[in-house]
Amino acid sequence: MATFHFDFVGPERTLYSGEVNAVQLPGIEGEMTVMAGHAPVITSLRVGVIVVTESAGTGKRIYVRGGFADIGPTGVTVLAERAAPIEELNAASLDRDIDAIQLQRDATEDLQRREELNAQIVQLQETKNLLKL
Amino acid sequence: MASLKDLRNRITSVKATQKITKAMQMVAAAKLRRAQMAAEAGRPFAEKMAAVLGNLAGNLVGGAGAPRLLTGTGSDQTHLLVVCTGDRGLCGAFNSSIVRMALREHAQKLMAEGKTVKFMTVGKKGFDLLRRQYRDQIVESMDIRGNRPVDYAFASEIAEKIVARYDAGEFDVATLFYSEFRSVISQIPTAQRLIPAELPANSGQETAKGGGTAALEFEPSEEAILQTLLPQNLAVQVYRALLENAASEQGARMSAMDSATRNAGEMIKKQTLVYNRTRQAMITKELIEIISGAEAL
Repeated sequence: MATFHFDFVGPERTLYSGEVNAVQLPGIEGEMTVMAGHAPVITSLRVGVIVVTESAGTGKRIYVRGGFADIGPTGVTVLAERAAPIEELNAASLDRDIDAIQLQRDATEDLQRREELNAQIVQLQETKNLLKL
Repeated sequence: MASLKDLRNRITSVKATQKITKAMQMVAAAKLRRAQMAAEAGRPFAEKMAAVLGNLAGNLVGGAGAPRLLTGTGSDQTHLLVVCTGDRGLCGAFNSSIVRMALREHAQKLMAEGKTVKFMTVGKKGFDLLRRQYRDQIVESMDIRGNRPVDYAFASEIAEKIVARYDAGEFDVATLFYSEFRSVISQIPTAQRLIPAELPANSGQETAKGGGTAALEFEPSEEAILQTLLPQNLAVQVYRALLENAASEQGARMSAMDSATRNAGEMIKKQTLVYNRTRQAMITKELIEIISGAEAL
């Protein structure tokens, strides 16, 4: 099966870099799976989990809170401000994120902004359920 | 002439100082290595960000939908100078050369042209150096909070504050000042324009080639992505400046402490010479006294 290069970079370190078979991304307009030869797209990401398949059966999951995926002809790059490998993630850190966003939501007057933050909280809770934390 | 005891005291105190400067030099060397590693680790993100931004912005410049962070307000009456320095002294001319650059080459020229200049300081030393003359013009000052290694969250906090002030219409142009790390003995004060954003140089070429850009799809839309990407890019630039600054500060401290240690060594040598001469002179004097006393009998 054809592989392509996948880079996952955070501002402080590179979290993943290597040849992969497929990457599942939580795009802002829905989940998408990218395989070799995908059309070039730049998409925003929402809160969720990136599933990397290195070869059949092996892979890695990375938790991401927003960012961008740049899908190019040579490979895929994900830029995320906040991210962590799934092993470093636990219920407490997710709860902390949720609390922080709730605080932000309560502080804003702007209705549209509140809606956005509400959506983020729901996504975080979904992630929590998904990981069975 | 100082007594033997005074000389001894002086030598001990210089020796103690030398020990301190030596220790500081070694600590700075260790921290420098860590700072350089952090700068290395942060590079891919900044490069990728610049590439994506170049792709995006190449065909948006001049368009009506371009965000204000990219195009500016259309005026350059009010300038915000973001001066990044260290929190601590004892690092040679590191802090003062950044501040001097911001003042001499930018602030004073701008003020002479009748423009309004505001300061935002990151790091205690920058604030200390600026507050005497420009107290009223400092709109915000932040500390790097001691020794804590620079993290991205802090950089994005700074960037958010800058964007908030920009959105409130407090200034038209923002410039960032920091010290670029070349080597242990050379750090170069640098000015970088933040708002309106300076685009990576390759943005034009990629569109000219007619390759990737035209075929790119955007989800949700180009404008929406750019809208969120630009503040992030600002944070990345601030983060890079902080990293460069951290490395420069340790480098500057290392060479400053190295020369301080060497000076102390020279001083000890000179003082020891004086001490020995004085001691010998005393002995000779005492001998002469004894001998002439014996001869008188």
